[in-house]
Amino acid sequence: MQFPTACGGRPVAPPLPTLPGSQSIVNILLEHGVDTVFGYLGAAVLPLFDRFRDLSWTSSLDMISPSQEIIMSKNKVKNEQTCKPGSQIVVDILQEENVEVLFGYLGGVVLPLFDKLYDAPIKFIIPRHEQGGCHMADAYARATGKVGVVIATSGPGATNLVTGIANAMMDSVPMVAITGQVRTELIGNDSFQEADTTGITRPITKHNMIIKNPLELPQALREAFYIARTGRPGPVLIDLPVDMQLAQIPVSSPTPIELPGFRNRTRGHARQISMAAQAINEAERPVLYVGGGIIISNASEELRTFAQKANIPVTMTLLGLGAYDQNRPESLDMLGMHGTAYANYAVQNCDLLIAVGSRFDDRVTGKVKTFAPHAKIIHVDLDPSSISKNVAVDIPVVGDAKEVLAAMTEEVEHRPRDTWFKQIAEWKAKYPLRYDRDARTLKPQYVIEEVWRQTKGEATIVTGVGQHQMWTAQFYKFSRARQFITSGGLGTMGFGLPAAIGAQIARPGETVIDIDGDSSFNMTLTELSTAVQYNLPIKVCILNNGYMGMVRQWQELFYGKRYSCSSLQNPDFANLARAFGAVGYTVDKKEDAAGVIEKMLRETRPCVVDFHVDREENVWPMVPAGKALHEMDGLNLFEIA
Amino acid sequence: MKHIISALVQNKPGVLAHVAGMFAARAFNINSLAVGETEDPSLSRMTIVVVGDDRTVEQVRKQLAKIVTIVKVQDFAGQDVVARDLMLISVACSPEKRPEILALIEMFTAKVVDIGPKYVTVEVAGPESKIEAFIEACRPYGIKNMVRTGTIAMARQSRTAGQQDKDAE
Ligand SMILES: Cc1ncc(C[n+]2csc(CCOP(=O)(O)OP(=O)(O)O)c2C)c(N)n1
Ligand SMILES: [Mg+2]
Repeated sequence: MQFPTACGGRPVAPPLPTLPGSQSIVNILLEHGVDTVFGYLGAAVLPLFDRFRDLSWTSSLDMISPSQEIIMSKNKVKNEQTCKPGSQIVVDILQEENVEVLFGYLGGVVLPLFDKLYDAPIKFIIPRHEQGGCHMADAYARATGKVGVVIATSGPGATNLVTGIANAMMDSVPMVAITGQVRTELIGNDSFQEADTTGITRPITKHNMIIKNPLELPQALREAFYIARTGRPGPVLIDLPVDMQLAQIPVSSPTPIELPGFRNRTRGHARQISMAAQAINEAERPVLYVGGGIIISNASEELRTFAQKANIPVTMTLLGLGAYDQNRPESLDMLGMHGTAYANYAVQNCDLLIAVGSRFDDRVTGKVKTFAPHAKIIHVDLDPSSISKNVAVDIPVVGDAKEVLAAMTEEVEHRPRDTWFKQIAEWKAKYPLRYDRDARTLKPQYVIEEVWRQTKGEATIVTGVGQHQMWTAQFYKFSRARQFITSGGLGTMGFGLPAAIGAQIARPGETVIDIDGDSSFNMTLTELSTAVQYNLPIKVCILNNGYMGMVRQWQELFYGKRYSCSSLQNPDFANLARAFGAVGYTVDKKEDAAGVIEKMLRETRPCVVDFHVDREENVWPMVPAGKALHEMDGLNLFEIA
Repeated sequence: MKHIISALVQNKPGVLAHVAGMFAARAFNINSLAVGETEDPSLSRMTIVVVGDDRTVEQVRKQLAKIVTIVKVQDFAGQDVVARDLMLISVACSPEKRPEILALIEMFTAKVVDIGPKYVTVEVAGPESKIEAFIEACRPYGIKNMVRTGTIAMARQSRTAGQQDKDAE
């Protein structure tokens, strides 16, 4: 556009410095001492608004759009308060919350946020798919105990997070998900890339909220972190319309978070603890059944002291693995559907079951009516709704595992319980976990044992979901909390690779191994390119049976070997890894496995090893769905003579 | 068994969706749900009537308490409470039936709120049993339309007052 010059086309000498008309208007407003302008955006006033945006940073002129006006005046937000755009406020609060790394993906309505992140001292990891980013944040949180943070754009970005958020919810992982949303005035109009994100994620988040008033943004974000990590952790989602990111918001310092009704009792009730301790002292055949709650509350030390003082064997859930050193004799390893026979027998024969930070999942209990039939049950859990949800409990203790275990330790006495331990030793001797160790073919369990041996049992292990996951839980002996990262509650195939990336970022320099299934790996293998981009030396061991093995096992056992749709044509994983810029190996002979594992462990680049294992190996023992825990199949398969 | 659960909630958008969603997701059945502001405008009260065994209702209570925006949850079971429903009901009412129906309305201490050539619309408030009884009494005449609020309830302050109130019913 051309503006006519003041002098009818003839140049004026000397030429005056020209200003855009919008700037002139603003200057005149300032000259007249205007400090607040009320108005609403439109195409014809965009140049003017563009000036206002810059000014609100540097001068006393406030631009207030009507939707904010009332609040702004009510709160007396005037020029004495420094304002920053919402996007900058978000970045500031992330730093205030000590967020060191973010996972997330770009999109139109999060551009203001990403623009501010450009200059922030926060590491940013861009996955290849938002689900991957969400799993990375999840595994990062599980590895560190900190809140994992993931960012995605509106619509498809947000819906791609859904699996990852649900996964974090089921396994009580502290997470904050920030999603962009279309401008508030467009919400509800089926606008481009609009999705009702808070509606979609309501049942899979611990809490979620959409910010429609910029003044609420700072406190809401701080609350999100607080809620995510306080009590039983979980994912909290904040939906942030793009205009909230652009709005000028007064800078505030954090105030103590007060959420009426959001109470978390961490110290167990003294009387309940005494009752529990008394029951423990009287028990002849007690068993500790512990879950992910021990790991969340960092209570491994307290658990060890308690179990050893009271002299009680310990069994763990899938998510509890690592809570108790499996190399110790009183460890009964994992219980449940694919648990050890000695753990399941111990539970079925015990006279006192002490559940701590575990939730009586149906994969653990088998048929509920027949679960621990002779036992009095003590249940220690932070979440009152977990207590007596699936199984009626005799002595509930609502509290944090760490504090309650420490308090109970004071009150329990050592008991010899020789008969009980002798019985357990017999079960252990008679029904150890086993597979055909003498087989000439490559057994998946052998690969895991070899990885365990060569890493001296110290690597961080993540998995996909399926048989390989159960074998890993069975054959890798974990010794410390947060060493094993797996998708338990939701059982999300495809968790492995992104989880390895998240864990490796949390633990630079340490060995992180994804023991994966061929089908699981296929779901998120695109994240190999993320691993390559950020130079993460993760190792992926694919136990490739050419099947959705766990599904095939069920079809074999319960559907007359009709393997309907349970095998996929896989790519050549090693070559694929190379195409990504990673290292790839293939192993199809038992004799080669150990050597390649050795090489893999020395690799400094991401490395994928494709182990062509026995195709129809099954996971044993197995409690078929609906059966009692002691009704395990597969115990006689390798009966020790 | 029927339980009346009273939940004090933050008066914020999305809270009702949280509660309704939780009931659906956990397969709890609700008979009625009534929401309204309290004396403190930042808080609302939800009165929820659930039917279930003690364990189910206990879970309902705990799951409600877990929702971040819920401040307090109370199960009125075993407590002395005043519980009331409100209903608007249109009953077929020809001129010749009118005296009969008006007598019925008086008997139930109900109130006529609209009257037309063929129908009379009545406002009835009271304990659920009274509402049900009124519906039954109207059925023979023909019910055109009815709408109910669901139960609202409050714990009784004094036993005597409660007694009087019961007598009045
Ligand atoms: C996202 C997702 N889809 C489907 C399933 C159901 N499922 C459970 S295990 C499994 C097969 C897993 O196959 P693979 O990753 O090759 O592991 P394997 O059992 O062969 O070791 C399937 C399909 C699931 N858990 N997650
Ligand atoms: Mg497989």
